[in-house]
Amino acid sequence: MIQSLDPRIAREKINEENNIAPLTEMDNWETYEVFHQKKRGDQHIHVGIVHAPNPEMAFLFGKEQYGRRGISVNMWVVKTSNVFASDYDDSDIFDTVPEKQYREAGGYKVMSKINKYKKENTL
Amino acid sequence: MYGNAYIDPNEKPKSIIDGEDPIKLADFEARIARGEKIEPKDWMPREYRKQLIRMIEQHAHSEIIGALPEGTWITRAPGFKRKLALMAKVQDEVGHAQLLYSAAETLGKSREAMINDLITGKSKYSNVFNYPAYTWADACVIAWLIDAGAIINQVANAKGSYGPYGRALDRICTEESFHLKYGHDNVVTLATGTPVQRKMVQEALTRWWPPIMHFFGPSDKISNHTEILMRWKVKMATNDDMRQQFLNMYVPKIWDLGLTVPDANLKKNEETGLWNYTEPDWDEFKRVINGGGPCNAERLAVRRMAEEKGRWVRAALLNKSEKYVTPLA
Ligand SMILES: [Fe+2]
Ligand SMILES: [Fe+2]
Repeated sequence: MIQSLDPRIAREKINEENNIAPLTEMDNWETYEVFHQKKRGDQHIHVGIVHAPNPEMAFLFGKEQYGRRGISVNMWVVKTSNVFASDYDDSDIFDTVPEKQYREAGGYKVMSKINKYKKENTL
Repeated sequence: MYGNAYIDPNEKPKSIIDGEDPIKLADFEARIARGEKIEPKDWMPREYRKQLIRMIEQHAHSEIIGALPEGTWITRAPGFKRKLALMAKVQDEVGHAQLLYSAAETLGKSREAMINDLITGKSKYSNVFNYPAYTWADACVIAWLIDAGAIINQVANAKGSYGPYGRALDRICTEESFHLKYGHDNVVTLATGTPVQRKMVQEALTRWWPPIMHFFGPSDKISNHTEILMRWKVKMATNDDMRQQFLNMYVPKIWDLGLTVPDANLKKNEETGLWNYTEPDWDEFKRVINGGGPCNAERLAVRRMAEEKGRWVRAALLNKSEKYVTPLA
Protein backbone atom coordinates (compact mmCIF):
# COMPACT_ATOMS: atom_id res chain seq x y z
CA MET A 1 0.00 0.00 0.00
CA ILE A 2 1.24 3.46 -0.89
CA GLN A 3 2.51 5.48 2.07
CA SER A 4 2.35 9.19 1.36
CA LEU A 5 3.05 12.48 3.12
CA ASP A 6 -0.16 13.69 1.54
CA PRO A 7 -3.12 12.62 3.69
CA ARG A 8 -5.42 12.65 0.66
CA ILE A 9 -3.27 10.04 -1.04
CA ALA A 10 -2.65 7.98 2.10
CA ARG A 11 -6.44 7.78 2.62
CA GLU A 12 -6.91 6.19 -0.81
CA LYS A 13 -4.93 3.08 0.23
CA ILE A 14 -3.62 2.61 -3.31
CA ASN A 15 -2.18 -0.73 -4.25
CA GLU A 16 1.55 -0.60 -5.01
CA GLU A 17 1.29 -3.24 -7.72
CA ASN A 18 0.38 -2.25 -11.24
CA ASN A 19 -2.75 -4.31 -11.68
CA ILE A 20 -4.77 -2.20 -14.09
CA ALA A 21 -5.50 -3.16 -17.65
CA PRO A 22 -3.69 -1.05 -20.25
CA LEU A 23 -5.63 1.75 -21.94
CA THR A 24 -7.02 0.59 -25.25
CA GLU A 25 -7.35 2.47 -28.51
CA MET A 26 -9.92 5.33 -28.40
CA ASP A 27 -9.93 5.30 -24.58
CA ASN A 28 -9.02 8.99 -24.92
CA TRP A 29 -11.43 9.43 -27.87
CA GLU A 30 -10.84 11.13 -31.21
CA THR A 31 -9.36 14.60 -31.69
CA TYR A 32 -10.78 17.99 -32.60
CA GLU A 33 -8.87 20.91 -34.07
CA VAL A 34 -9.47 24.13 -32.12
CA PHE A 35 -9.66 27.61 -33.66
CA HIS A 36 -10.07 30.78 -31.67
CA GLN A 37 -10.74 34.41 -32.43
CA LYS A 38 -8.79 36.75 -30.19
CA LYS A 39 -11.03 39.74 -30.69
CA ARG A 40 -14.03 40.67 -32.80
CA GLY A 41 -12.92 41.51 -36.30
CA ASP A 42 -9.93 39.12 -36.28
CA GLN A 43 -9.73 35.88 -38.25
CA HIS A 44 -10.13 32.64 -36.33
CA ILE A 45 -6.77 30.92 -36.03
CA HIS A 46 -5.77 27.36 -35.26
CA VAL A 47 -4.45 26.97 -31.70
CA GLY A 48 -4.15 23.21 -31.24
CA ILE A 49 -6.18 20.10 -30.57
CA VAL A 50 -8.21 18.46 -27.84
CA HIS A 51 -9.36 14.88 -27.33
CA ALA A 52 -13.11 14.64 -26.89
CA PRO A 53 -16.02 12.27 -27.43
CA ASN A 54 -18.30 14.88 -29.06
CA PRO A 55 -18.27 18.52 -30.24
CA GLU A 56 -19.79 19.91 -27.05
CA MET A 57 -17.10 18.37 -24.87
CA ALA A 58 -14.45 19.35 -27.40
CA PHE A 59 -15.65 22.91 -26.94
CA LEU A 60 -15.52 22.66 -23.14
CA PHE A 61 -12.00 21.24 -23.22
CA GLY A 62 -10.96 23.78 -25.86
CA LYS A 63 -12.26 26.62 -23.74
CA GLU A 64 -10.40 25.33 -20.69
CA GLN A 65 -7.17 24.57 -22.54
CA TYR A 66 -6.90 27.53 -24.91
CA GLY A 67 -9.28 30.15 -23.51
CA ARG A 68 -8.79 30.11 -19.76
CA ARG A 69 -6.78 33.32 -19.72
CA GLY A 70 -9.55 35.25 -21.41
CA ILE A 71 -7.81 35.82 -24.72
CA SER A 72 -10.65 34.57 -26.92
CA VAL A 73 -14.04 35.98 -27.85
CA ASN A 74 -15.09 33.03 -29.99
CA MET A 75 -14.04 29.44 -30.60
CA TRP A 76 -14.63 26.77 -33.21
CA VAL A 77 -13.93 23.06 -32.87
CA VAL A 78 -13.72 20.83 -35.92
CA LYS A 79 -13.31 17.09 -35.88
CA THR A 80 -9.82 16.30 -37.22
CA SER A 81 -11.22 13.68 -39.56
CA ASN A 82 -13.43 16.33 -41.18
CA VAL A 83 -10.52 18.50 -42.25
CA PHE A 84 -9.37 18.02 -45.81
CA ALA A 85 -5.73 19.04 -45.89
CA SER A 86 -3.05 19.26 -48.54
CA ASP A 87 0.15 17.31 -48.29
CA TYR A 88 3.47 19.07 -47.66
CA ASP A 89 4.91 16.78 -50.31
CA ASP A 90 2.59 18.44 -52.78
CA SER A 91 3.43 22.00 -51.76
CA ASP A 92 4.48 22.63 -55.38
CA ILE A 93 0.78 22.85 -56.21
CA PHE A 94 1.05 26.39 -54.85
CA ASP A 95 3.92 27.22 -57.21
CA THR A 96 2.90 29.31 -60.15
CA VAL A 97 4.32 31.23 -63.10
CA PRO A 98 6.85 33.84 -62.02
CA GLU A 99 5.15 36.64 -64.00
CA LYS A 100 1.92 37.39 -62.15
CA GLN A 101 1.71 41.15 -62.53
CA TYR A 102 -1.73 40.71 -64.07
CA ARG A 103 -2.96 39.62 -60.63
CA GLU A 104 -1.55 42.63 -58.82
CA ALA A 105 -2.85 46.16 -58.48
CA GLY A 106 0.61 47.39 -59.46
CA GLY A 107 0.31 45.63 -62.79
CA TYR A 108 -2.10 48.27 -64.05
CA LYS A 109 -0.59 51.65 -64.98
CA VAL A 110 -2.95 54.05 -66.73
CA MET A 111 -1.59 57.51 -65.94
CA SER A 112 0.95 57.52 -68.79
CA LYS A 113 -1.79 56.68 -71.26
CA ILE A 114 -4.08 59.37 -69.88
CA ASN A 115 -1.32 61.98 -69.93
CA LYS A 116 -0.35 61.06 -73.50
CA TYR A 117 -3.95 61.31 -74.60
CA LYS A 118 -4.42 64.65 -72.88
CA LYS A 119 -1.29 66.07 -74.47
CA GLU A 120 -2.14 64.91 -77.97
CA ASN A 121 -5.67 66.17 -77.75
CA THR A 122 -4.78 69.39 -75.91
CA LEU A 123 -7.53 68.90 -73.37
CA MET B 1 8.68 21.45 -17.27
CA TYR B 2 11.23 19.58 -17.45
CA GLY B 3 14.67 18.57 -18.48
CA ASN B 4 16.15 16.78 -21.40
CA ALA B 5 15.01 13.30 -22.24
CA TYR B 6 16.83 10.65 -20.28
CA ILE B 7 18.72 8.32 -22.55
CA ASP B 8 19.95 5.08 -21.10
CA PRO B 9 23.75 5.25 -21.27
CA ASN B 10 23.90 1.53 -22.08
CA GLU B 11 21.86 2.00 -25.19
CA LYS B 12 24.24 1.65 -28.14
CA PRO B 13 22.94 3.20 -31.32
CA LYS B 14 24.28 2.05 -34.64
CA SER B 15 24.85 4.88 -37.01
CA ILE B 16 21.56 6.65 -36.65
CA ILE B 17 21.24 7.38 -40.33
CA ASP B 18 21.79 3.77 -41.39
CA GLY B 19 19.58 2.76 -44.31
CA GLU B 20 18.03 6.22 -44.89
CA ASP B 21 17.38 7.37 -48.45
CA PRO B 22 20.34 9.71 -49.12
CA ILE B 23 18.40 12.09 -51.38
CA LYS B 24 15.51 12.50 -48.97
CA LEU B 25 17.95 12.86 -46.09
CA ALA B 26 19.85 15.61 -47.92
CA ASP B 27 16.59 17.48 -48.64
CA PHE B 28 15.53 17.12 -45.03
CA GLU B 29 18.84 18.41 -43.70
CA ALA B 30 18.87 21.28 -46.19
CA ARG B 31 15.41 22.32 -45.04
CA ILE B 32 16.54 22.42 -41.42
CA ALA B 33 19.74 24.25 -42.35
CA ARG B 34 17.61 26.93 -44.06
CA GLY B 35 15.77 27.38 -40.76
CA GLU B 36 12.53 25.83 -42.04
CA LYS B 37 10.41 23.69 -39.74
CA ILE B 38 9.49 20.05 -40.19
CA GLU B 39 5.75 19.32 -40.12
CA PRO B 40 3.98 16.09 -39.13
CA LYS B 41 3.46 14.45 -42.52
CA ASP B 42 6.89 15.39 -43.87
CA TRP B 43 9.43 12.70 -44.61
CA MET B 44 11.83 12.39 -41.68
CA PRO B 45 14.60 9.99 -40.69
CA ARG B 46 13.46 7.17 -38.42
CA GLU B 47 15.78 8.29 -35.66
CA TYR B 48 14.51 11.87 -35.83
CA ARG B 49 10.99 10.61 -35.24
CA LYS B 50 12.08 8.23 -32.51
CA GLN B 51 14.12 10.79 -30.58
CA LEU B 52 11.39 13.41 -30.80
CA ILE B 53 8.71 11.02 -29.61
CA ARG B 54 10.91 10.03 -26.68
CA MET B 55 11.75 13.62 -25.84
CA ILE B 56 8.26 15.12 -26.17
CA GLU B 57 6.64 12.17 -24.44
CA GLN B 58 9.02 12.37 -21.46
CA HIS B 59 8.42 16.09 -21.34
CA ALA B 60 4.63 15.51 -21.26
CA HIS B 61 4.97 12.90 -18.49
CA SER B 62 7.10 15.35 -16.50
CA GLU B 63 4.37 17.96 -16.66
CA ILE B 64 1.65 15.63 -15.54
CA ILE B 65 3.71 13.97 -12.79
CA GLY B 66 5.20 17.34 -11.80
CA ALA B 67 1.70 18.51 -10.97
CA LEU B 68 1.55 15.94 -8.14
CA PRO B 69 4.11 17.25 -5.60
CA GLU B 70 2.72 20.76 -6.07
CA GLY B 71 -0.92 19.71 -6.17
CA THR B 72 -0.42 18.16 -2.77
CA TRP B 73 0.00 21.68 -1.34
CA ILE B 74 -3.10 23.34 -2.80
CA THR B 75 -5.33 22.70 0.21
CA ARG B 76 -2.58 23.75 2.61
CA ALA B 77 -1.20 26.77 0.75
CA PRO B 78 -1.18 29.74 3.15
CA GLY B 79 -4.01 32.08 2.28
CA PHE B 80 -6.72 32.22 -0.34
CA LYS B 81 -4.68 34.05 -2.98
CA ARG B 82 -1.89 31.46 -2.85
CA LYS B 83 -4.41 28.63 -3.09
CA LEU B 84 -5.88 30.23 -6.20
CA ALA B 85 -2.45 30.86 -7.70
CA LEU B 86 -1.20 27.34 -7.01
CA MET B 87 -4.37 25.85 -8.45
CA ALA B 88 -3.86 27.92 -11.59
CA LYS B 89 -0.23 26.81 -11.84
CA VAL B 90 -1.07 23.14 -11.39
CA GLN B 91 -3.80 23.45 -14.01
CA ASP B 92 -1.26 25.02 -16.38
CA GLU B 93 1.12 22.10 -15.85
CA VAL B 94 -1.59 19.56 -16.67
CA GLY B 95 -2.45 21.67 -19.71
CA HIS B 96 1.23 21.56 -20.73
CA ALA B 97 1.07 17.78 -20.61
CA GLN B 98 -1.91 17.82 -22.95
CA LEU B 99 -0.22 20.18 -25.41
CA LEU B 100 2.87 18.00 -25.43
CA TYR B 101 1.01 14.71 -25.76
CA SER B 102 -0.70 16.25 -28.79
CA ALA B 103 2.62 17.24 -30.33
CA ALA B 104 4.01 13.73 -29.80
CA GLU B 105 0.82 12.22 -31.25
CA THR B 106 1.44 13.94 -34.58
CA LEU B 107 4.52 11.72 -34.84
CA GLY B 108 2.39 8.59 -34.71
CA LYS B 109 2.29 7.42 -31.09
CA SER B 110 -1.18 7.50 -29.56
CA ARG B 111 -1.87 9.21 -26.25
CA GLU B 112 -3.10 5.90 -24.83
CA ALA B 113 0.19 4.23 -25.73
CA MET B 114 2.15 7.02 -24.05
CA ILE B 115 0.08 6.82 -20.87
CA ASN B 116 0.48 3.04 -20.81
CA ASP B 117 4.25 3.44 -21.06
CA LEU B 118 4.21 5.97 -18.23
CA ILE B 119 2.17 3.74 -15.95
CA THR B 120 4.28 0.65 -16.52
CA GLY B 121 7.47 2.64 -15.96
CA LYS B 122 8.66 2.04 -19.51
CA SER B 123 9.06 5.74 -20.20
CA LYS B 124 10.68 8.19 -17.85
CA TYR B 125 9.80 11.61 -16.55
CA SER B 126 11.93 14.26 -14.94
CA ASN B 127 13.74 12.74 -12.01
CA VAL B 128 13.14 15.71 -9.69
CA PHE B 129 9.55 14.63 -9.19
CA ASN B 130 10.61 11.44 -7.50
CA TYR B 131 11.34 13.53 -4.40
CA PRO B 132 8.68 14.72 -1.95
CA ALA B 133 7.64 18.27 -1.10
CA TYR B 134 7.93 18.02 2.70
CA THR B 135 6.89 21.56 3.55
CA TRP B 136 5.22 24.56 1.93
CA ALA B 137 8.73 25.92 1.33
CA ASP B 138 9.54 22.89 -0.83
CA ALA B 139 6.56 23.74 -3.03
CA CYS B 140 7.88 27.32 -3.28
CA VAL B 141 11.40 26.21 -4.20
CA ILE B 142 9.96 23.88 -6.85
CA ALA B 143 7.82 26.64 -8.35
CA TRP B 144 10.77 29.01 -8.51
CA LEU B 145 13.84 26.96 -9.31
CA ILE B 146 12.53 23.85 -11.01
CA ASP B 147 10.36 25.99 -13.23
CA ALA B 148 13.37 28.24 -13.85
CA GLY B 149 15.33 25.22 -15.06
CA ALA B 150 12.36 24.15 -17.15
CA ILE B 151 12.19 27.54 -18.80
CA ILE B 152 15.84 27.40 -19.82
CA ASN B 153 15.24 24.00 -21.37
CA GLN B 154 11.96 24.96 -23.01
CA VAL B 155 13.16 28.25 -24.47
CA ALA B 156 16.06 26.36 -26.09
CA ASN B 157 13.83 23.57 -27.40
CA ALA B 158 11.21 26.01 -28.72
CA LYS B 159 13.72 26.90 -31.45
CA GLY B 160 14.02 23.26 -32.50
CA SER B 161 13.10 22.02 -35.95
CA TYR B 162 9.84 20.16 -35.27
CA GLY B 163 6.90 22.54 -35.85
CA PRO B 164 4.29 21.10 -33.44
CA TYR B 165 6.78 20.86 -30.55
CA GLY B 166 7.93 24.46 -31.10
CA ARG B 167 4.36 25.74 -31.19
CA ALA B 168 3.44 23.89 -27.99
CA LEU B 169 6.56 25.24 -26.27
CA ASP B 170 5.86 28.83 -27.27
CA ARG B 171 2.49 28.59 -25.59
CA ILE B 172 4.00 26.83 -22.56
CA CYS B 173 6.78 29.40 -22.11
CA THR B 174 4.26 32.22 -21.88
CA GLU B 175 2.58 30.47 -18.95
CA GLU B 176 5.86 29.52 -17.32
CA SER B 177 6.73 33.16 -16.84
CA PHE B 178 3.82 33.37 -14.39
CA HIS B 179 5.05 30.23 -12.60
CA LEU B 180 8.51 31.69 -12.18
CA LYS B 181 7.25 35.01 -10.81
CA TYR B 182 4.83 33.24 -8.50
CA GLY B 183 7.57 30.92 -7.21
CA HIS B 184 10.04 33.76 -6.71
CA ASP B 185 7.45 35.81 -4.85
CA ASN B 186 6.81 32.92 -2.47
CA VAL B 187 10.49 32.26 -1.84
CA VAL B 188 11.14 35.98 -1.26
CA THR B 189 8.23 36.13 1.20
CA LEU B 190 9.72 33.30 3.24
CA ALA B 191 13.32 34.49 2.94
CA THR B 192 12.45 38.02 4.09
CA GLY B 193 10.07 36.77 6.79
CA THR B 194 10.45 35.50 10.34
CA PRO B 195 13.45 33.40 11.46
CA VAL B 196 11.20 30.32 11.30
CA GLN B 197 10.23 31.08 7.69
CA ARG B 198 13.87 31.72 6.72
CA LYS B 199 14.92 28.44 8.28
CA MET B 200 12.14 26.62 6.46
CA VAL B 201 13.09 27.97 3.04
CA GLN B 202 16.81 27.35 3.65
CA GLU B 203 16.09 23.73 4.53
CA ALA B 204 13.97 23.30 1.42
CA LEU B 205 16.70 24.79 -0.76
CA THR B 206 19.26 22.47 0.82
CA ARG B 207 17.04 19.47 0.12
CA TRP B 208 16.32 20.48 -3.46
CA TRP B 209 19.81 21.50 -4.52
CA PRO B 210 21.04 18.01 -5.51
CA PRO B 211 17.92 17.27 -7.61
CA ILE B 212 18.24 20.72 -9.20
CA MET B 213 21.84 19.97 -10.17
CA HIS B 214 20.64 16.65 -11.63
CA PHE B 215 17.87 18.39 -13.51
CA PHE B 216 19.65 18.95 -16.82
CA GLY B 217 21.13 15.45 -16.85
CA PRO B 218 24.73 14.19 -16.94
CA SER B 219 27.28 15.77 -19.29
CA ASP B 220 26.59 14.73 -22.86
CA LYS B 221 29.00 12.30 -24.35
CA ILE B 222 30.62 13.91 -27.35
CA SER B 223 29.50 11.51 -30.02
CA ASN B 224 28.49 11.40 -33.62
CA HIS B 225 24.99 10.68 -32.37
CA THR B 226 24.77 13.92 -30.35
CA GLU B 227 26.27 15.85 -33.22
CA ILE B 228 23.60 14.62 -35.66
CA LEU B 229 20.80 15.38 -33.21
CA MET B 230 22.14 18.90 -32.84
CA ARG B 231 22.37 19.30 -36.61
CA TRP B 232 18.76 18.16 -36.89
CA LYS B 233 17.80 20.71 -34.20
CA VAL B 234 16.37 18.05 -31.95
CA LYS B 235 18.90 18.72 -29.22
CA MET B 236 19.34 22.47 -28.93
CA ALA B 237 21.96 22.83 -26.21
CA THR B 238 24.18 20.50 -24.23
CA ASN B 239 23.15 19.54 -20.71
CA ASP B 240 26.23 21.30 -19.32
CA ASP B 241 25.46 24.50 -21.23
CA MET B 242 21.97 24.61 -19.80
CA ARG B 243 23.23 23.90 -16.28
CA GLN B 244 25.74 26.75 -16.61
CA GLN B 245 23.04 29.08 -17.85
CA PHE B 246 20.86 28.16 -14.88
CA LEU B 247 23.65 28.73 -12.36
CA ASN B 248 24.53 32.03 -13.94
CA MET B 249 20.99 33.32 -13.79
CA TYR B 250 19.84 31.99 -10.43
CA VAL B 251 22.74 31.54 -8.01
CA PRO B 252 23.16 35.34 -7.70
CA LYS B 253 19.43 35.67 -7.04
CA ILE B 254 19.62 32.98 -4.32
CA TRP B 255 22.63 34.66 -2.73
CA ASP B 256 20.78 38.00 -2.89
CA LEU B 257 18.31 36.61 -0.38
CA GLY B 258 21.14 35.64 1.97
CA LEU B 259 20.43 31.94 1.42
CA THR B 260 23.19 29.36 1.31
CA VAL B 261 23.64 26.94 -1.57
CA PRO B 262 24.90 23.67 -0.08
CA ASP B 263 28.00 23.41 -2.26
CA ALA B 264 31.25 24.89 -0.94
CA ASN B 265 32.80 24.68 -4.40
CA LEU B 266 30.16 26.76 -6.11
CA LYS B 267 31.93 29.79 -7.54
CA LYS B 268 32.02 31.64 -10.81
CA ASN B 269 35.32 31.63 -12.64
CA GLU B 270 35.44 35.25 -13.76
CA GLU B 271 37.92 34.50 -16.55
CA THR B 272 35.96 31.77 -18.28
CA GLY B 273 32.54 32.98 -17.13
CA LEU B 274 31.77 29.39 -16.13
CA TRP B 275 30.69 28.12 -12.74
CA ASN B 276 32.69 25.62 -10.75
CA TYR B 277 30.64 23.17 -8.73
CA THR B 278 30.90 19.82 -7.06
CA GLU B 279 30.06 17.11 -9.58
CA PRO B 280 26.54 15.89 -8.78
CA ASP B 281 26.17 12.32 -7.57
CA TRP B 282 25.20 10.58 -10.80
CA ASP B 283 24.91 7.18 -9.16
CA GLU B 284 22.15 8.56 -6.98
CA PHE B 285 20.53 10.02 -10.12
CA LYS B 286 20.58 6.63 -11.85
CA ARG B 287 19.31 4.85 -8.79
CA VAL B 288 16.34 7.22 -8.48
CA ILE B 289 15.45 7.42 -12.17
CA ASN B 290 15.40 3.64 -12.32
CA GLY B 291 12.80 3.40 -9.59
CA GLY B 292 14.74 3.76 -6.34
CA GLY B 293 13.64 7.24 -5.28
CA PRO B 294 11.42 8.10 -2.34
CA CYS B 295 8.33 8.85 -4.47
CA ASN B 296 8.59 6.80 -7.68
CA ALA B 297 6.02 4.24 -6.55
CA GLU B 298 3.64 6.87 -5.22
CA ARG B 299 3.75 9.00 -8.37
CA LEU B 300 2.93 6.09 -10.67
CA ALA B 301 0.32 4.70 -8.31
CA VAL B 302 -1.53 8.02 -8.18
CA ARG B 303 -1.45 8.28 -11.96
CA ARG B 304 -2.74 4.72 -12.25
CA MET B 305 -5.54 5.42 -9.82
CA ALA B 306 -6.60 8.47 -11.85
CA GLU B 307 -6.67 6.47 -15.08
CA GLU B 308 -8.55 3.62 -13.46
CA LYS B 309 -11.16 5.75 -11.70
CA GLY B 310 -11.86 7.76 -14.84
CA ARG B 311 -12.10 4.79 -17.13
CA TRP B 312 -15.85 4.14 -16.84
CA VAL B 313 -16.60 7.82 -17.46
CA ARG B 314 -14.51 7.85 -20.62
CA ALA B 315 -16.09 4.60 -21.78
CA ALA B 316 -19.60 5.90 -21.11
CA LEU B 317 -18.96 8.94 -23.28
CA LEU B 318 -17.35 7.05 -26.13
CA ASN B 319 -19.20 7.04 -29.39
CA LYS B 320 -18.31 3.64 -30.82
CA SER B 321 -18.77 4.69 -34.41
CA GLU B 322 -15.94 7.24 -34.19
CA LYS B 323 -12.43 6.45 -35.37
CA TYR B 324 -9.13 7.91 -34.34
CA VAL B 325 -7.13 9.85 -36.88
CA THR B 326 -3.77 11.49 -36.18
CA PRO B 327 -4.20 15.19 -35.33
CA LEU B 328 -3.09 17.62 -38.00
CA ALA B 329 -0.74 19.97 -36.24
FE1 LIG C 1 5.05 23.32 -17.34
FE1 LIG D 1 5.65 25.47 -14.79
